[in-house]
Amino acid sequence: MEAIRIEGLYKVFGQVQALDGLDLVIQPGSIFGFLGPNGAGKTTTIRILTGLARPTRGQAWVGGFDILTQGNQISRLTGYLPEEPLFYSWMTPREFLEYSGKLFGLTPETLDKRIPELLDLAGLSAAAKRRIGGFSRGMRQRLGLAQALINQPKILLLDEPASALDPAGRREVLELIKEMRGICTVMMSTHILADVERVCDRVGIIANGRLVAEASQEELLERYAVPAFEIEIDPVSQNELPAWAENLRSLPWILDVTTDSLSARVVVSDVDTAKRELLATTVQSRLILSRYEVARPSLEDIFLHLTGEPKP
Amino acid sequence: MKIFLIALRKEVLEQWRSYRLLVVVLVLGLFGLLSPLGAKLMPEIFRLMPGGDEIAKLLPEPTMIDAVDQFNKNHVQFGLILALLMTMGVVVQEKERKTAALVLTKPLSRRSFILAKFAALGLTFFIGTFIAGAAAYYYTLLLFEAPSASGWLLLNVLLWVFLLVHVAITLFFSTLSRSMVAAGGLAFAVLIVISLLGTLPTVGEWLPSQLVSWGHQVALGGSLTAWPALFVSIGLIIFSLIASWTVFERQEI
Repeated sequence: MEAIRIEGLYKVFGQVQALDGLDLVIQPGSIFGFLGPNGAGKTTTIRILTGLARPTRGQAWVGGFDILTQGNQISRLTGYLPEEPLFYSWMTPREFLEYSGKLFGLTPETLDKRIPELLDLAGLSAAAKRRIGGFSRGMRQRLGLAQALINQPKILLLDEPASALDPAGRREVLELIKEMRGICTVMMSTHILADVERVCDRVGIIANGRLVAEASQEELLERYAVPAFEIEIDPVSQNELPAWAENLRSLPWILDVTTDSLSARVVVSDVDTAKRELLATTVQSRLILSRYEVARPSLEDIFLHLTGEPKP
Repeated sequence: MKIFLIALRKEVLEQWRSYRLLVVVLVLGLFGLLSPLGAKLMPEIFRLMPGGDEIAKLLPEPTMIDAVDQFNKNHVQFGLILALLMTMGVVVQEKERKTAALVLTKPLSRRSFILAKFAALGLTFFIGTFIAGAAAYYYTLLLFEAPSASGWLLLNVLLWVFLLVHVAITLFFSTLSRSMVAAGGLAFAVLIVISLLGTLPTVGEWLPSQLVSWGHQVALGGSLTAWPALFVSIGLIIFSLIASWTVFERQEI
């Protein structure tokens, strides 16, 4: 059984179509990166899965339970971290974890064992008796992750879990998420590609409320790989570059040539021919090379290509 | 039931840590103490004013009835203000601050969430009302004579129910509204309407304000009852709570 199944999910807020027929399946045990630009529909999707919002149309199941009729069962097997978790400022982290645990029906003995573990995991042991009202955003984020894990959930729904953190905090949180591999299914929304590359084994890209791609990172890179070569030249041969590019464009195995002052990107239709002849053309044009390589698309290239975002 | 009790414990702790309980007890307790004192010292206060001697001579000697009157008026007035202020933010602030989103994704039903808040506020006003009642009874006893103990107890129960009606109505508007100001404004408007209707001869007998008259009479040894007003008040509380959780169930948080 899939951990999460979404079929034809629509959500309309007034004039805004937040979700436009989203279909998605997440297999158990995976760390799924739900990637999309701001406003793509990531948070709306997670809020619908947790029961905080209702779909305008469509269906979804979490752990096999229907989101519309079996919310109580879903809440028992999930952990949820909102984008910017805020807590009761008058509580201490220990009190909030205890309150959360009791709502899940955990016994005092279990809580006595689990709470120190989670405080330690979140790096909050020293602040266990401090009021949450005085916590930094990073501390709240880590406490948010700890409370999402209190019930040892089968499915963890994380909305931008590391976006607000500094590099060290981000690394810690991503390491924590990484450790969840094999223990539970993680659905993690983010707009930060590096986070996905670091921890996720599968990636779904959402744009304008629709899933535009879903695969493992390797499959995506392979599927959207563009046969291209990149070269960089020494400044002394800068004047030869435009003429070389112009000659290249007339060749039948060339699709596109783009140049900068000291570099060029060549997209080809026949990789084998390009491997044999491209280097020779540079020699004939008296270009002095400082770098020559087969271009490998990054997840960022694919993301920007699929979401229609301009390249920075 | 177990989940409700867990939520209630958290709400009671919040009443304590956020000083709501303390404020209610201090304000109501203070006015409970001052009411018999105010009644006793009223002629002296008038004498301190320029030309007040003449007015003081016209005033009858204060009695226990004046102390009970004063307590009733003060408790209703300040109790209503506190009911409004302490309740108007309880749900809407949790929605605004997103704390509701964090706990409602756990096995806490929206019904338990609302009921726990109402029960905790009910407890706060119960403690406030009975401390104020005890203080006022003690000073009335010292300065005048003791009102009927059972009547006084009933007066305080009825005053508490009267305040609970307004807590429940304000809680409904706190659930319905998107801002604390809107919740407070709407609850205040309903409070004014109920108060105005309460002054009408026939309709008034069915409304919560009649509970105050009932309690007042009984504390002074009278035999007035206002059962319809009690049933309507309990009905208003139940209706407000059902409306609150029905609205809350449909809301996106």
